Amino acid sequence: MAGSQTQASLGVGPGSRLRLFWQSTVGKKIVMSVTGLIMVGFVILHMIGNLQIFESAARLNAYSHFLHHTINELLWLLRIVLLVSVVLHIVAAVQLARIDRAARPVPYRKRDRQAATIASRTMLYGGVAIALFVIFHLLHLTTGTIRPVAYTEGDVYANVVGGFRVWWVTLIYVLAMIALGLHIFHGAWSSIRTLGLSRPSAEPIRRPVATLVAALLWAGFSIVPLAVFFGWVR
Amino acid sequence: MKFTLHVWRQAGPMAVGGFATYEAADISGDMSFLEMMDAVNESLIERGEQPVAFDHDCREGICGMCGMMINGIAHGPMRATATCQLFMRHFRDGDTIYVEPWRARAFPVIKDLVVDRSAFDRVIAAGGFITAPTGGARDANTILVSKSDADDAMDAAACIGCGACVAACPNGSASLFAGAKIAHLGVLPQGQAERRQRVLRMIAQMDEEAFGGCTWHGECHEACPKAISLDVIARMNGDYIRALWATHEVNQEQGAG
Amino acid sequence: MSARLDARVPDGPIADKWDRHKFEMKLVNPANKRKHTVLVVGSGLAGASAAASLAELGYQVKCFCFQDSPRRAHSIAAQGGINAAKNYQNDGDSIYRLFYDTVKGGDFRSREANVYRLAQMSLNIIDQCVAQGVPFAREYGGLLANRSFGGAQVSRTFYARGQTGQQLLLGAYQALERQVGLGRLTMFPRTEMLDLVVIDGRARGIVVRDLVTGAVTSHSADVVVLATGGYGNVFYLSTNARGSNCTAIWRAYKRGAGFANPCFTQIHPTCIPQSGEHQSKLTLMSESLRNDGRVWVPKSKGDARPPNQVPEAERDYYLERKYPSFGNLSPRDIASRAAKEVCDEGRGVGPGGRGVYLDFADAIKRLGEQTIRERYGNLFEMYERITDENPYRVPMRIYPAVHYTMGGLWVDYNLMSTIPGLHVAGEANFSDHGANRLGASALMQGLADGYFVIPYTVGDYIGSTKLERVDESHAAFKDVERGVAERTATLLAIDGTRTVDSFHRELGKVMWEYCGMARNEKGLTYALEKIPQIRDEFWRNVDVPGSAAELNQALEKAGRVADFLELGELICRDALERRESCGAHFREEFQTPDGEALRDDAHCAHVAVWQYRGEHQPPERLQEPLEFEHVHLSQRSYK
Ligand SMILES: Cc1cc2nc3c(=O)[nH]c(=O)nc-3n(C[C@H](O)[C@H](O)[C@H](O)COP(=O)(O)OP(=O)(O)OC[C@H]3O[C@@H](n4cnc5c(N)ncnc54)[C@H](O)[C@@H]3O)c2cc1C
Ligand code: HEM
Ligand code: HEM
Ligand code: SF4
Ligand code: F3S
Ligand code: FES
Repeated sequence: MAGSQTQASLGVGPGSRLRLFWQSTVGKKIVMSVTGLIMVGFVILHMIGNLQIFESAARLNAYSHFLHHTINELLWLLRIVLLVSVVLHIVAAVQLARIDRAARPVPYRKRDRQAATIASRTMLYGGVAIALFVIFHLLHLTTGTIRPVAYTEGDVYANVVGGFRVWWVTLIYVLAMIALGLHIFHGAWSSIRTLGLSRPSAEPIRRPVATLVAALLWAGFSIVPLAVFFGWVR
Repeated sequence: MKFTLHVWRQAGPMAVGGFATYEAADISGDMSFLEMMDAVNESLIERGEQPVAFDHDCREGICGMCGMMINGIAHGPMRATATCQLFMRHFRDGDTIYVEPWRARAFPVIKDLVVDRSAFDRVIAAGGFITAPTGGARDANTILVSKSDADDAMDAAACIGCGACVAACPNGSASLFAGAKIAHLGVLPQGQAERRQRVLRMIAQMDEEAFGGCTWHGECHEACPKAISLDVIARMNGDYIRALWATHEVNQEQGAG
Repeated sequence: MSARLDARVPDGPIADKWDRHKFEMKLVNPANKRKHTVLVVGSGLAGASAAASLAELGYQVKCFCFQDSPRRAHSIAAQGGINAAKNYQNDGDSIYRLFYDTVKGGDFRSREANVYRLAQMSLNIIDQCVAQGVPFAREYGGLLANRSFGGAQVSRTFYARGQTGQQLLLGAYQALERQVGLGRLTMFPRTEMLDLVVIDGRARGIVVRDLVTGAVTSHSADVVVLATGGYGNVFYLSTNARGSNCTAIWRAYKRGAGFANPCFTQIHPTCIPQSGEHQSKLTLMSESLRNDGRVWVPKSKGDARPPNQVPEAERDYYLERKYPSFGNLSPRDIASRAAKEVCDEGRGVGPGGRGVYLDFADAIKRLGEQTIRERYGNLFEMYERITDENPYRVPMRIYPAVHYTMGGLWVDYNLMSTIPGLHVAGEANFSDHGANRLGASALMQGLADGYFVIPYTVGDYIGSTKLERVDESHAAFKDVERGVAERTATLLAIDGTRTVDSFHRELGKVMWEYCGMARNEKGLTYALEKIPQIRDEFWRNVDVPGSAAELNQALEKAGRVADFLELGELICRDALERRESCGAHFREEFQTPDGEALRDDAHCAHVAVWQYRGEHQPPERLQEPLEFEHVHLSQRSYK
């Protein structure tokens, strides 16, 4: 009996409880949600950091200096948390996506979706796009491996402003930010539900807060490359 | 009215299926979708062809037996309506209608539009109940249930087990179905003792049945003939987290099981 | 009394009979229970509750249903509620009163001892269901809510919105699935019982067809419980689910089980009228609508004006006119017949002239649309969904429809049929409702049978009977299997020109016309000639496509209709032989001068039990006399 099998597999110690958790689709989804929220937290801070560019070059460089020197250990801790999150998030995403695909082996000939949004349907692709972007972004601004213009270690301001003068760099960033906005538009809303924290609502699909967060993040990030490109920041 | 139907035909579970095209003529707007299918079948039999197999029973939207993908929407275009309660007056004369079975790995096609939904029964068998053997119950009024809890429980309990949520979900997830049962029993005082093991077992069984996970598309709620709220899925996840948190509960279960 | 019809009612005062009987019944040693197999056919309220309870006790239980899941049994469709003599409202209810009301409501054609036990069990049912998590309606204080239903003077009906049957069934279904999970019960969905196997005079198993593969197989057992529901679909159009059928009880009848009171079929006054030939089923609108709606038709024949243009003076509020004290709330059979009368006079409304108005205009004026919306919103919505008419603006159209069958296999106090080892529960037995069932009592009876009677009496039978071991290899099983396969092959081989449905429709029309709301000798005699003709043509000219070895819905239907074609005849025969009017059975020859049903207690205070005697002989009519010690015979009056 399938039912009694289940009963047996539930009765084991705490170590395997973690395994049980990771094995279940709901457990994996909870992992995605927690790691996703950690990343959302990071991007919010990162965006606030970036916006200092509008204050002055010195301000931004000082901030970078603060990160890399004053709280270097903390930065590493953050990087580790972030790295673990990214890895878990991606592994869970890929595994879940495979389960989800396998659950409908034969597609419908005709399909008329009623509620799914572009955002909800492109989470995986959007996520992959973000992943590719982050790699590009790290190579561009953190390691300086990709150099659209000359790279100056430590002069974040110069690197940023220099880079965004190049049209394709700005384009990549702007496109990536659309992906990010959509990802968060869906993710910020859904993660709260995944964790069972949402309050019952009569209109389950309404998501004002998530829309606001996604819009602010999208705008807050995009404004930097756009401002540089159009010469508002020099 | 007149319609052109493209209906999925499949002789058996292992057979290769495909679409067949039928004209449904002389259809009255007062016919239900299933009555329209009856008429098509009658004429197929008269022409010496095999009628289209489809599940149905009560024809008043409560047994959960009927269900078809109609023009890409589970149970068709009317919200909160089962296929048997969908009337042809909601279509335009001359429309072309695609009719497909529920599609999910957990719901294999048996024939034409008939699928095997026994996975739902196994999910219930795994834990979708309150243990109350016959005979031992105390007087009903010694259990107080606030009106709002009773209403919430009833909202969730309205699920008819039709499987449209699975059919509509891009991931073939049974979360709305399982969540509805977990919410129904979980808000009632009688359901508290088993609340934690219920959610663990039902979710484990769901996974075993090869349903997908929920990524919050919300299609299930739109398709659901009883408009079960997405909140039940959030609730299920919340219960799941709490159940795993309580270490001893998981261990104690062994003794109980 | 015929020796074959010993009801085995225990001695003693009526209130103590069941307790005493429980004590006297044989018990089965707990360790031995799992050596006994019980087959439960049907997973409705009666079947699911019996199967779950028997499995809890430790028997090996196998349960069968033709739907794809036990949760879909027709009980799911009951809307109104379930009665119980809890007296939570302190309005003077009691076990005795429920007992009294049920015997009287059944027009004195039920067995007192059974009804009393039913009223007693009603208390336990509510407790049991609440423990399972059935979300009954509650008051603000958290206590259970009640409403009054079907003209009862007390508020004893428990309900879960308009989905009481669904919620009760889900409770029983979940208990059943729990036993499946524990490995104590095996469920066989999409499996149809096609015959009963009787060995040495005892029911020892069934032959079933797997509706997916078409395989015909046998299941042997010590006890067979039939809980296969009612046979209202013999009328083709009814409020029953499309699959509801008489096959299981009809096969048992042909194997020797007595069939009691087949002509007691109930017609519900408030259903949505038929809209055309294509219609496949009729939908019930809750009777509660009659609390606020006024029933009328135009005074003159053939008045085709829209209802709103018929002036007040030209309307006939016929229920209020004929039955001034009960008016629109007259009992089901009276209201149904009155509707038929006005339509027969040519004053019916809507397409086909088979409908009467149920008008809420006055209630809306008096109470406001909001109040009406609160009370009946979902019903109005359902009505509009089906008819595309807005009942807030235009009066509803209603017409009576077949709804419930009081008749069924005869059972004794232990719910055992005339075949030892064959128990019958729920609507499938001839039940406790006499000639007429009160609203909200069928759910009560199904659950009383399944949870609280069958588990004891099945044990008593097993404990007190020496049962030889038999298994499916026994020659009797092979014989019956062969018979079933042959019948299927015959149906498929006819290859005629008419569809199964066309025969079913034809039978339904005859039944409805001549054996429906009002019956007379001439009509019944005609029907008794006509039905065999239809049956003959069926067996010569039906077209059943497909093969036996696959999912074949036309074949399933054909088998069921073949049985209805035989049962229909028995119903008419029973109606003809019962020369009185009682409850739902109205014989035009037997009425008071002002058109009320006229019972004949001197000659007809009995259960008529039909015994099959072979293909070419009319069945034998036996009688179980009924005695009324507690509820005194009296004539109903609703004037
Ligand atoms: C629309 C409607 C509303 C109603 N409302 C009320 C109400 O408010 N209150 C009330 O008290 N009563 C009501 N009733 C009556 C009540 O619902 C039924 O009488 C009762 O539910 C019957 O239950 P049951 O268990 O006997 O049979 P059912 O629920 O009909 O179950 C029959 C079972 O037998 C199985 N079966 C049948 N034939 C076979 C076969 N050959 N092989 C295998 N399996 C078979 C079926 O699969 C099913 O599982 C209503 C009835 C209708 C039609
Ligand atoms: C247009 C918007 C963005 C700008 C202008 C920007 C700018 C920068 C800069 C200047 C750095 C280097 C900081 C330093 O070394 O001090 C940096 C690092 C980083 N950025 Fe961005 N960024 C943007 C968007 C994003 C987004 C959307 C993400 C993630 C999804 C992201 C992830 C990171 C990461 C992970 C680092 C490395 C942090 C570390 O050193 O560990 N950035 N970004
Ligand atoms: C790096 C590559 C990434 C991939 C492949 C990825 C992929 C996914 C996928 C497939 C989902 C599930 C889809 C769904 O729930 O509908 C998801 C959810 C989510 N993602 Fe990502 N993502 C990535 C990066 C990010 C980033 C950078 C953030 C935050 C800034 C983020 C935040 C979230 C959130 C909050 C959710 C919702 C989780 C939930 O519903 O429980 N993701 N992601
Ligand atoms: S949740 Fe809704 S769609 Fe899913 S099975 Fe239940 S009633 Fe059907
Ligand atoms: S459609 Fe599917 S993804 Fe979740 S919200 Fe519904 S189960
Ligand atoms: S046939 Fe029962 S819900 Fe549609």
